[in-house]
Amino acid sequence: MLRYIAKRLLFMIPLLFGITVVCFTVMHLAPGSPTDLQTQMNPRASVEMKERLRSMYDLDKPLPVQYIRWLGKLAHLDLGISFSTDRRPVADKILERLPITILLNVLSMLLIFVVAIPLGVLSAVRQDSLFDRVTAVIVFIGFAVPTFWLALLLMILFGVHLGWLPISGIRSLNAEYLPPGMAFWDLIRHLILPVLLAAFGGLAGLSRYMRANMLEVIRQDFILTARAKGLSERVVIYRHALRNALLPVITILGLSVPGLIGGSVIFETIFAIPGMGQLFYMAVMARDYPVVMGILFIGAVLTLFGNLIADVFYALADPRIRVS
Amino acid sequence: MGNDFKKRFMSNRMAVAGSVIVIFLFAVSLLAPWLTPHDPNAIDLKNVLASPSEGHPFGTDPLGRDVLSRMIWGAGISLKVGFVATGISILIGTILGALAGYYGRWVDALIMRFVDIMLCFPTFFLILAVIAILEPSIWNIMIVIGLTGWMGVTRLVRADFTSLKERDFVQAARAIGAGDLRIIFLHILPNAMASVLVTATLGVAGAILTESALSFLGIGVQPPTPSWGNILTAGKDNIDIAWWLSFYPGLAILITVLGYNLLGEGIRDALDPRLRR
Repeated sequence: MLRYIAKRLLFMIPLLFGITVVCFTVMHLAPGSPTDLQTQMNPRASVEMKERLRSMYDLDKPLPVQYIRWLGKLAHLDLGISFSTDRRPVADKILERLPITILLNVLSMLLIFVVAIPLGVLSAVRQDSLFDRVTAVIVFIGFAVPTFWLALLLMILFGVHLGWLPISGIRSLNAEYLPPGMAFWDLIRHLILPVLLAAFGGLAGLSRYMRANMLEVIRQDFILTARAKGLSERVVIYRHALRNALLPVITILGLSVPGLIGGSVIFETIFAIPGMGQLFYMAVMARDYPVVMGILFIGAVLTLFGNLIADVFYALADPRIRVS
Repeated sequence: MGNDFKKRFMSNRMAVAGSVIVIFLFAVSLLAPWLTPHDPNAIDLKNVLASPSEGHPFGTDPLGRDVLSRMIWGAGISLKVGFVATGISILIGTILGALAGYYGRWVDALIMRFVDIMLCFPTFFLILAVIAILEPSIWNIMIVIGLTGWMGVTRLVRADFTSLKERDFVQAARAIGAGDLRIIFLHILPNAMASVLVTATLGVAGAILTESALSFLGIGVQPPTPSWGNILTAGKDNIDIAWWLSFYPGLAILITVLGYNLLGEGIRDALDPRLRR
């Protein structure tokens, strides 16, 4: 097992290297100099100051040198200084916002898992039944719904008309004065809509995938054997078939990481959640390049680790993977 | 194919429904100047945020502009973005996939590792990062959506090429002295186009969704050019007073994406009934 993990880690090195090259290239797509933004608006900016700024960001050196230097900083988790007025290190700004984004994504992933798997299994077991057809239609519409629109509709319904749920932020203004139990409940109430919506896109996909897997497994010989032994249908489906159909789902959960992280920009912006996605949006609007590049890099690294974790779990669950 | 395809496609109600939606959208975009009850950019400050009425069936926006008229113009914008962006990803994906599948070895290794690297980036992050640098405009977002969506096509075309290149007709073409380019483009590619067509149709739906999300965030199609996404931005800002600004444009996106998805799945089923899930 350790050898398998080591091998996967080794495979990640060239990918990680490639990610840095792509990030660096994107950064240098900018026409002119990224520091123009700071000097353009300032009539007092002298030529010397522009030069000083350029050398501060290493922009006066040839590209390969810039790349190597940037890589060196990256190795120390130094993502540069934000262009915004607070002038804080990019790494700090991202790290303080990362936990809430990860919490949101983990919760949505759990929700996807808990809802999509039973849905897929039931559809497969009752193939072509009314239940199967209705879920198929719902799933098909689910694929086409713009989730940010659904977010608006649910905000109008639950937030504005019914007034049941808060529609912005992660805590109420008076949260500090609430007793711990109530504060926790306050947090939950704020998270319900964002988590539900972030999970929505993945739900449709995973339930279809689960259904297809299950249908495939049910037709295999070992299921026939289990039935021939006289095992009850329950045991056949939930003990023998389900386990085998669940295996590939682990990979899919790993593959859904980039989608979830990417989606956090939309949900965190709509619901005003102070996470990495919202920071990214604000940085894009303010053209805060160091923050944009930092988050782009972190997003890719998170994806890479999501896949690694999925691979490891798959190997734990299925010994055939470890051996080959 | 031919007749068989037509018969299977026409007997699939979902596929026909999808084509009807798509044809309808094309008609609406082409006839927009004659269909719109009002000038989409006519500001009427005496009539801001008016709820749906006879004169304005879908209400008006914060500047008093007619939402229905803006949505009709928005149909053309989303089609344009969908098709250009998908065209770009299909072009890149097909060429890279063909090269990787046909030549194999280091060409394949190089291209597929690049695909792996690109797939590590959350697509939405990559798009936003490039937009932050290039300024949002309808052309830039078409190009960026196209440039970040080719990886799936590459994998698909590569898989088709690796199996097709071993087939007898390719050996025959090679035996009569056909060059690599001729074999790739005239012999193998036409056989791989079926799956590309399906991916392209589904890709248009995806590109339209992405465009609307970007425009919604204010980083896509810029006002005053109407787009379904940027009408929704006004919907969010007036969420407690003007539900019609949020409801109708989103419904239009939903129906459009549904139409392309149904059409794509219909084409897939009709091309090869065995692929039917």
